[in-house]
Amino acid sequence: MTTVALRAGLQRGRIETRQGLTNATELWNALFFPVIGFVVMFFLRGNTVPGTDFSLGTQAVPGILSLSVVFTGMIGLGGTLITDREDGGLLRAKAIPQGVLGYLTGRVVSRAALAVLGVLVPLAVAAFLFPGLSVHVLTLVWVLVVGLVAVLPLGAVIGSLFRNVQALGLITLLNMALLAISGVFYPVTALPSWMQWVAQVFPVYWLGLGLRSALLPDGLAAVEIGASWRHLETVGVLGAWAVVGFLLAPVVLRRMALRESGSTVAAAREKAMQRTM
Amino acid sequence: MDVGTTKMKPTGGRAQEVVETVGLRMRYGTKDVLGGIDVQVHQGEVLVVLGPNGAGKTTIIEILEGFRKRSAGDVTVLGVDPDHADERWRARVGVVLQSWRDHGKWRVRELLDHFSRFYTSYGKPYDADELVSLVGLTDQAHTQVSKLSGGQRRRLDVAIGLIGKPDLLFLDEPTVGFDPQVRQEFHDLVRGLDTTVVLTTHDLAEAEKLADRILILVGGQIVANGTAAELAAQVSSKASVRFSKDGEFYVEDATTFVRELFERYGTRIADLEVHRPRLEDVYLAMVRDFEEAA
Repeated sequence: MTTVALRAGLQRGRIETRQGLTNATELWNALFFPVIGFVVMFFLRGNTVPGTDFSLGTQAVPGILSLSVVFTGMIGLGGTLITDREDGGLLRAKAIPQGVLGYLTGRVVSRAALAVLGVLVPLAVAAFLFPGLSVHVLTLVWVLVVGLVAVLPLGAVIGSLFRNVQALGLITLLNMALLAISGVFYPVTALPSWMQWVAQVFPVYWLGLGLRSALLPDGLAAVEIGASWRHLETVGVLGAWAVVGFLLAPVVLRRMALRESGSTVAAAREKAMQRTM
Repeated sequence: MDVGTTKMKPTGGRAQEVVETVGLRMRYGTKDVLGGIDVQVHQGEVLVVLGPNGAGKTTIIEILEGFRKRSAGDVTVLGVDPDHADERWRARVGVVLQSWRDHGKWRVRELLDHFSRFYTSYGKPYDADELVSLVGLTDQAHTQVSKLSGGQRRRLDVAIGLIGKPDLLFLDEPTVGFDPQVRQEFHDLVRGLDTTVVLTTHDLAEAEKLADRILILVGGQIVANGTAAELAAQVSSKASVRFSKDGEFYVEDATTFVRELFERYGTRIADLEVHRPRLEDVYLAMVRDFEEAA
């Protein structure tokens, strides 16, 4: 029975991915940051990474792409969980045998797919705009897989804990702040060491580092902490977040799903209407 | 065990009720939303729970659907306590809740096909095309759900409720906001179903039209329970008599009164009118009494 629900969930994931790719708002959300990032970095492409003659613009590309994973993947998943609770989609899933399992499978699959596309499509564009990218396909694949496994459960936790989409703005802001100290636009080693430590707690930094190792020439590792791509540490920290997420997500998801009923949907809808008035 | 002397339980005597609640109570803080409700739903009947807004209709339905935990009382739905029901039970229950606007980006047939897959390990769900035509959405099979009209959307909701060929279907206020034409179509759809149905409404005309049995819920209490005809008979004892005697008009209670009237005055009586209060008058009076008490 579980297999049936998981298979239905995969089908749901395919359909939702297609819907995401044909929806203007969804595309705008997914491409907004890469486009802004690329435009800014395109003008800075003449500057070089300190101590090298490598373009600072090119160096920033992987970091910008790491945002796609965080925004489209993690925050996107949280957002859909919240809106699906508001409009009754989750309740609908509850009314169907194993429906919540299928629903979550679908959401996770479609968010992962959209996040990966949110990396690959801008990357293809970046290859024309920014010279000097060197793609290590295998590294790119495992960094994306480990990164998604780390951030998607966190997205599910966020989506379960918050009741309205506005609260997601806070998480988005937090990630923007982290971005500034995560070595995306400028080597992290140029920052005070306490900032480096803060940055290294969160997945954003490690996603960025992993993607830099996958998309930049090996020589650029010199400007990173420890003059290394630190693959082992990347897997370690992202893995730790994955463990935290996978422990927390089922608990908060179950609590959230249990609470869902027609009246709670009606209450959420009323609140949403008040907000728009 | 001595089989020879064990008497068989008389299972044929009384078929098991599809829904049975005893002393069902729901309390929020100090407020009783449901105050000790006993409900039976028989196999194959359409039970309409009729009551004004805030009477507790949705609360009952949500408890029976297993979406809400009760404060007290015994509840069995299809032989199982919905608080401890599994997915197998879930597959036998169809749910149509109030005003949904989910899955707006999906297409009608695509959505039905997707949901039907979940039921394949529990039985034989409806085929999506069959269901689409059953609820009269063939022309909209490939329409995006968000582009359906209110009535079409509601028929899709019913289709989703029916998809697993449920033994019991819950419909919570299914016709709110319908125009008369759509409402008529919807009533035809519900009457055509051959499953046990529990439906809530605050519209008496709808209840009379659809119900095998009506349960009137006011202020968290059942104030009446029976077929539309039985309820009408219960209230007909309050029939009023209107007549004129020697040009003067009178209104009196009771039926025996009429006989005595003629015995006493014979041909002097004219303009005789006997009014049986309609169920509607009684229902509205009940609601009014409740609202004044609140």
